[in-house]
Amino acid sequence: MATTTTKSPALLVGQSLRRREDPRLITGTATYVDDVKMPGMHHACILRSPHAAARIRGIRTSRALEMPGVVAVFTGEDVAHLGPVPCGAALPGLRVPAHTVLARDRVYYVGHPVAVVVATDRYLAADALDAIEVDWEPLPAVADPEKALEPGSPAVHPEWPDNIAFTYKQEGGDVDKAFAEADVVVRQRLVNQRLIPVAMETRGVVAEWKPGDRQLTLYTSTQIPHLVRTLVAGMLKMPENRLRVVAPEVGGGFGSKLNVYAEEALMAFVAMKIGKPVKWIESRRENFVATIHGRGHVDYYEVAAKRDGTILGIKLKLIQDIGAYHQLLTPAIPTLSILMMPGLYKCKNVRADLIGVFTNCTPTDAYRGAGRPEATYGIERMVDILAAELQMDPAEIRFKNFVGSGEFPYQTATGLSYDSGDYAAPLRKALETVSYKTLREEQRKAREAGRLIGIGISTYGEICALGPSASLPCGGWESATVKIEPGGQVTVLTGISPHGQGEETTFAQIVADELGVSIDDVVVLHGDTSLVQYGIGTFGSRNTAIGGTALYFALQDLKEKLKKFGAMLLESDDVVWNGGRCVCMKSGKEVALPEIAAASYRAMKLPENTDPGLVATRFWEPPNFTFPFGAHIVVTEVDSETGAVQILRYVAVDDCGKIINPLLVRGQIHGGVVQALGQVFYEHAVYDENGQLVTGELTDYAVPKASYIPAIESYHTETPSPVNPLGVKGVGEAGTIGCTPAAVNSVVDALSHLGVRHIDMPLTPEKIWKVIQDRRTA
Amino acid sequence: MKKTITLFINGQRYSHEVEPRLLLVHYLREVVGLTGAHIGCETSTCGACTVLLDGKAVKACTVLAVQADGRFVTTIEGIAANGSLDAVQEAFWNEHALQCGFCTPGMILTAKQLLAREPNPTEEQIRHGLEGNLCRCTGYQHIVNAVQAAASRSGD
Repeated sequence: MATTTTKSPALLVGQSLRRREDPRLITGTATYVDDVKMPGMHHACILRSPHAAARIRGIRTSRALEMPGVVAVFTGEDVAHLGPVPCGAALPGLRVPAHTVLARDRVYYVGHPVAVVVATDRYLAADALDAIEVDWEPLPAVADPEKALEPGSPAVHPEWPDNIAFTYKQEGGDVDKAFAEADVVVRQRLVNQRLIPVAMETRGVVAEWKPGDRQLTLYTSTQIPHLVRTLVAGMLKMPENRLRVVAPEVGGGFGSKLNVYAEEALMAFVAMKIGKPVKWIESRRENFVATIHGRGHVDYYEVAAKRDGTILGIKLKLIQDIGAYHQLLTPAIPTLSILMMPGLYKCKNVRADLIGVFTNCTPTDAYRGAGRPEATYGIERMVDILAAELQMDPAEIRFKNFVGSGEFPYQTATGLSYDSGDYAAPLRKALETVSYKTLREEQRKAREAGRLIGIGISTYGEICALGPSASLPCGGWESATVKIEPGGQVTVLTGISPHGQGEETTFAQIVADELGVSIDDVVVLHGDTSLVQYGIGTFGSRNTAIGGTALYFALQDLKEKLKKFGAMLLESDDVVWNGGRCVCMKSGKEVALPEIAAASYRAMKLPENTDPGLVATRFWEPPNFTFPFGAHIVVTEVDSETGAVQILRYVAVDDCGKIINPLLVRGQIHGGVVQALGQVFYEHAVYDENGQLVTGELTDYAVPKASYIPAIESYHTETPSPVNPLGVKGVGEAGTIGCTPAAVNSVVDALSHLGVRHIDMPLTPEKIWKVIQDRRTA
Repeated sequence: MKKTITLFINGQRYSHEVEPRLLLVHYLREVVGLTGAHIGCETSTCGACTVLLDGKAVKACTVLAVQADGRFVTTIEGIAANGSLDAVQEAFWNEHALQCGFCTPGMILTAKQLLAREPNPTEEQIRHGLEGNLCRCTGYQHIVNAVQAAASRSGD
């Protein structure tokens, strides 16, 4: 027991540390699902429907079974005993079609899985797919959600000829009165087009069955390993403790892997049936039809306001393209849009009518932002349209309507309680950064010279840290176990399942600060249900705000226990925890963490009412969501001859609460913004009238490339959240939420003097060129 | 009808009998056991499978293993010499140029070729040079920063 001067090491929270997960990733030694290799492993390929709607009159598999290397072919009849692909969301009157693992007598979208071939080699399995004969009877299909609502449209599911999956209404305040009293009402139809998430790693599953242990292991590229275990065990009718789910290295998710997919149960079935490990890796072509899509809204907005710009009421008719089935959270996603309808504004009168519509298309579900980008796009486009109508400056109208910084917690018309904020601050900072007044003057001069310059503003709020359990079908808490090992090193088992967000680093920063240990002594583990206590997973910008808070409380428990052991060893009641040591306030004597850890495991002597060891587990239920906010300004120039748009400047000021690691926060903002610029300018999942996906490959679906994209200037304001002791809010989706309206507002602003009021995304040069031509001839 | 091929991968000689249709990326991943080159599209659009073939960046998902017979291949596993990271790897780490990491091996090898061609590239040249490699996480900016940092480091 040494007596030394205690030094508080510099705190790591708030520092831009480079990531601790990177060495394996930059050396090519990380293990993604397709890198998992097992003795005797077989390979599966899946036959998928080429038709958007068709009856299956018969399937012949005999030729495929005779092909070299093929060991089995399974069809819908073989897996009829498996439970349905789960929909976790519950809404009153929700129509849930039977979603079998493989199609039986009918298919409902292009990509619908029909049969699986298992062979000794992936090339041989692919060869055998072509030898399966299906007798199809093509049926009429519908791909457009508004057409699907028309009388006489083909019925996606024959039992529901109106194609309505559900309706949902929400109302707050007195909308009719607000509209009756308004000086002005603006209306606009806004399309938030269907998108394809395109994680760079497609999905994949490896299943291994050990009959002796009656133990099944699934390696799957997922954001939610524990939920996959619970739900796939249910589909297999297997006890949950017989199933282990591992999310190994996951190559991007963006919501597309926040799901439970047919292939996860199917590969489990195959492994058990053939008695060998089996691997299925989704091809990119499959990924485009077999993994969920995002967005897919048609929104009809009406906004009522006073002549001075005060927003009085908002009405929204929201048509959500569901696709052919509900995946895990499909029907819940547009309800998030409704919750966020008022944005950052003090409007207390809102009404939303939501219709979920079945189409013969791939199901939609959560895609980065999940309902919140759609809502922000809606309100922020409408505020610009209102400003144009009233000939007000778009910044001024926003300042006029913001919830004031003294009004928190603020109850919204949709039932939310905004936690904290200073909504004007990021907008002020963004305006200063671009020198707004000067910029407007430059825009005016450029316009006189025939150049089309646009300035677009969006001020967004978002719902993060999903969420309190009442708001989710699966529980919204998160868990952490912290183990101080006998040697004094620290192991964290977190219930979140990060896949690029960087919590192996940020959580270690929190541990190092709280316990006063070296960050090099901290290991953060996740993503294996046999290792980690139950957890919910990674989505809805929840990792740090909820998972980090569970960790924080587990660390407090451990500090208490460390102090008990420290007090015992120091033979003093008056001790504090400081810089990795327990210090006696009277004598100044201290004992370091490794000594305490050794004593706690050796357990020769124990403090009163104290168990041996140093392990703490916390499951933390958040009392509320968190509400990050920010302001983005985009300056664009439109080429009047080609319709091409150049982004001259992109300024993002985001407030995500307390920042743990600025470098990683910046990475999240850049990535989110560019993903959203993809939606604004390039991306659109296009179906033809027969339900064929026209943009069915990366060669046809334009994901942003480095050369398309400008540098993003990223700044922050930092308003702590009172919802958790870390003060953090979440940042994973901010970029996708703030960007789309700012960019579209900018392009529309560039063309506003030509009388252009709105253009739907994606803003392709062809579309813009046509608008300019129309205006010139008009 | 299998064919015997001999390749020099990361400085080591490998000889195998392979089917003529076997793709180089599958040969590297499944036969040789180097899984750092990833498969993201199989249409040479995404660049996750990029390796250097005789020093030139190629997309290994659209090269047959037999086409690489007798040639030199460098994969991500082969660029850290004697346990110390390559300048581009180090720069990717320092600049937070990766998140999920799936595109990273291909991105690093493409960046290496870019710097071999143009040791002091402008931002525009970097963005143009990385066009064949898609990243869905980073928004590219930190990747551009990393290439610039690696360039200035090798210029020291």
